[in-house]
Amino acid sequence: MTKDYDGSAFQSAVPFLDVDKIIGDRETKIMICCGSGGVGKTTTSAAIALRAAEAGRKVVVLTIDPARRLAQSLGVGELDNTPRPVTTIDTAAGGSLDAMMLDMKGTFDDVVMAHSTPEKAVAILQNQFYMALSSEFSGTQEYMAMEKLGQLHSEAEAHGTWDLIVVDTPPARSALDFLDAPEHLSSLLDGRFLRLLLHPASGPMRLMSAGFGVISAVMTKILGAQIIGDVQTFVRAFEALFGGFRQRATSTFQLLSSRHSTFLVVATPQHDALREAAYFVDRLTEEGMPLSGMVLNRVHTSALAISPERALSLAEDLAETSAVLEVEALRRHAALMRTIETETRMMERFAATRPAVAQTQVQSLPTDVTDLTALRRIGVLLSDKD
Amino acid sequence: MSPRHTLHIVSGKGGTGKTTIAAGLACALATSGRRVLLCEVEGRNGVSELFDVPPLTGREERRISRTSAGGMVYGLSIDAEDALIEYLHTFYHLSIAAKALDRFGAIDFATSIAPGLRDVLLTGKVYEAVRRRIKNRPNSYDAVVLDAPPTGRIAQFLNVHAAVAGLAKVGPIRNQADSIMRLLRSATTAVHFVTLLEDMPVTETEEAIAALRPTQIRIGTVIENMVTPTPLDHDQLQTAATGSVALKVPGLTIKQNQALASEFAIEAARTLQEQQRHDRLTGLGLPLAQIAFDPAGIDEGAILAIAEQLTDQMSLEAP
Repeated sequence: MTKDYDGSAFQSAVPFLDVDKIIGDRETKIMICCGSGGVGKTTTSAAIALRAAEAGRKVVVLTIDPARRLAQSLGVGELDNTPRPVTTIDTAAGGSLDAMMLDMKGTFDDVVMAHSTPEKAVAILQNQFYMALSSEFSGTQEYMAMEKLGQLHSEAEAHGTWDLIVVDTPPARSALDFLDAPEHLSSLLDGRFLRLLLHPASGPMRLMSAGFGVISAVMTKILGAQIIGDVQTFVRAFEALFGGFRQRATSTFQLLSSRHSTFLVVATPQHDALREAAYFVDRLTEEGMPLSGMVLNRVHTSALAISPERALSLAEDLAETSAVLEVEALRRHAALMRTIETETRMMERFAATRPAVAQTQVQSLPTDVTDLTALRRIGVLLSDKD
Repeated sequence: MSPRHTLHIVSGKGGTGKTTIAAGLACALATSGRRVLLCEVEGRNGVSELFDVPPLTGREERRISRTSAGGMVYGLSIDAEDALIEYLHTFYHLSIAAKALDRFGAIDFATSIAPGLRDVLLTGKVYEAVRRRIKNRPNSYDAVVLDAPPTGRIAQFLNVHAAVAGLAKVGPIRNQADSIMRLLRSATTAVHFVTLLEDMPVTETEEAIAALRPTQIRIGTVIENMVTPTPLDHDQLQTAATGSVALKVPGLTIKQNQALASEFAIEAARTLQEQQRHDRLTGLGLPLAQIAFDPAGIDEGAILAIAEQLTDQMSLEAP
């Protein structure tokens, strides 16, 4: 057989990321896919979830990406905050697949209603500031995603509904913000500012209140008294909830660092995507998070071992003839080989600086992944060593 | 004469080459004697990486490129906290108060509890840079290019001041929010979308445009990136895509010719799909531009090549 021209020489030195082994291990209960935008995270999450379900796991896949892409790939139409069964999978091995998309505001509302008295809940839900925070402003997503993951996990543990949760993350560095969430929340909640805001002139803070008076005046000048009032009402009503948030964020963090969770960094063999992947790998390693390895999507390959130079020279020889298809085929082959060269160089650089990171490659497909058949095919490519 | 576009906002799905196109656009706008500012807001050092210069930090607006036409491109990486401190200083002469706010954890608190505040501050800084010319302030620019957040977030990002205006009924914040929305909705601002001719990026572009339309912010050009040009017509491509064509390249074995034909079949099918997506985008009724795929990867030379293609195809002036 002709050897594929895809830079597998260096690839053999890189440890292989065995997705099937991770899926097959019943102790793996949470898989998190992270990486920059446009690298195929959502597709990878869906393909892993489908493969695990058809291998007998009871899977729920959670996407927190605002664009409704997972729904498209899974063919379940609109996703909402409720896990919906994907009915067209092969259940011969006894598995199941549910899919859901995070509804940020819905999750926030649920938390408020579950953890406060009905009157207080109404006060919070109708607060101007809360409405903006929970729907119009971005960034609340990461906190809510962790909240939802915690909920799904509790449900899975309590009722045995699922034994594997696959999580797709937002397409930004902020995807890892949840790593900071428990600490960040704690520092905010124990922070002087919140206490000052709540009790401007009482307790041990009394001494500070002269300084706060200045700040309060400044804030009133800039923001207007009405906003400050809204924020105070909001924070006061929210005070009890914040403690719960912190506690749950801490336990989710512990869950994610445990042996039941694993992170997969998703990338494509391009400079930008690999740079972001390096950031994710380093950050997860620093935090001591369980990292399985990296999925490299859209790797180009060619079964024709003819160099770009030779292809272009052959095309040149035919340029004046009527062989237009041949000329174009050779030019396209040359461009493909150049792409492969560029990608190989990028992947070699990554592997040289982070040699311990296991990898699996998924070759570039000629068509978009829009149905289960295509997802299944991605699953096969993910698990294949070559 | 119609006014020039002074603010170009570039969005696109992740992986479509949004930062590269923003850089190319900045170079295209930097014609003879003109100064252009290229801003990024996601703290990824994408701009400095692209131009191979040290990372842009703090409030520094550094020259990152002199174009062959004789214009200059400056780079700025906008950080929300710096923007807040600068804002307090510029508008209220409150440097000391800003430090105090920082010490009390107020800035951290505010940007964490209301993450949308980051967007407020980032767009506020862009507004300040654009307004320098009008206000006759130093370091003014002929045009500002913003490498904006991706399609999934762009409408929310740009419309954040409308949300602020909903919260603050009166006062300076309200006035500032109104002024920023006026600038964003003006004829001198345009939002461009970068997309690949693949299904999902095209779908997200359509969704982002639908989400942006109610905000009354003008949409400029949809830029189709990494397009593979072809000299072949539709029929030739369809024939090639079937894979049944017997290619006869002299000097190649029968097997090699077959391998070439099946590889070409996939490439031709891909090109046909790209053309279908181009037709879909035509349906948006917006100006389109195409940037050719560069298999050698992106460097400064590639950015200049993109700049040339944009100059040829885009109307860089307001209609």
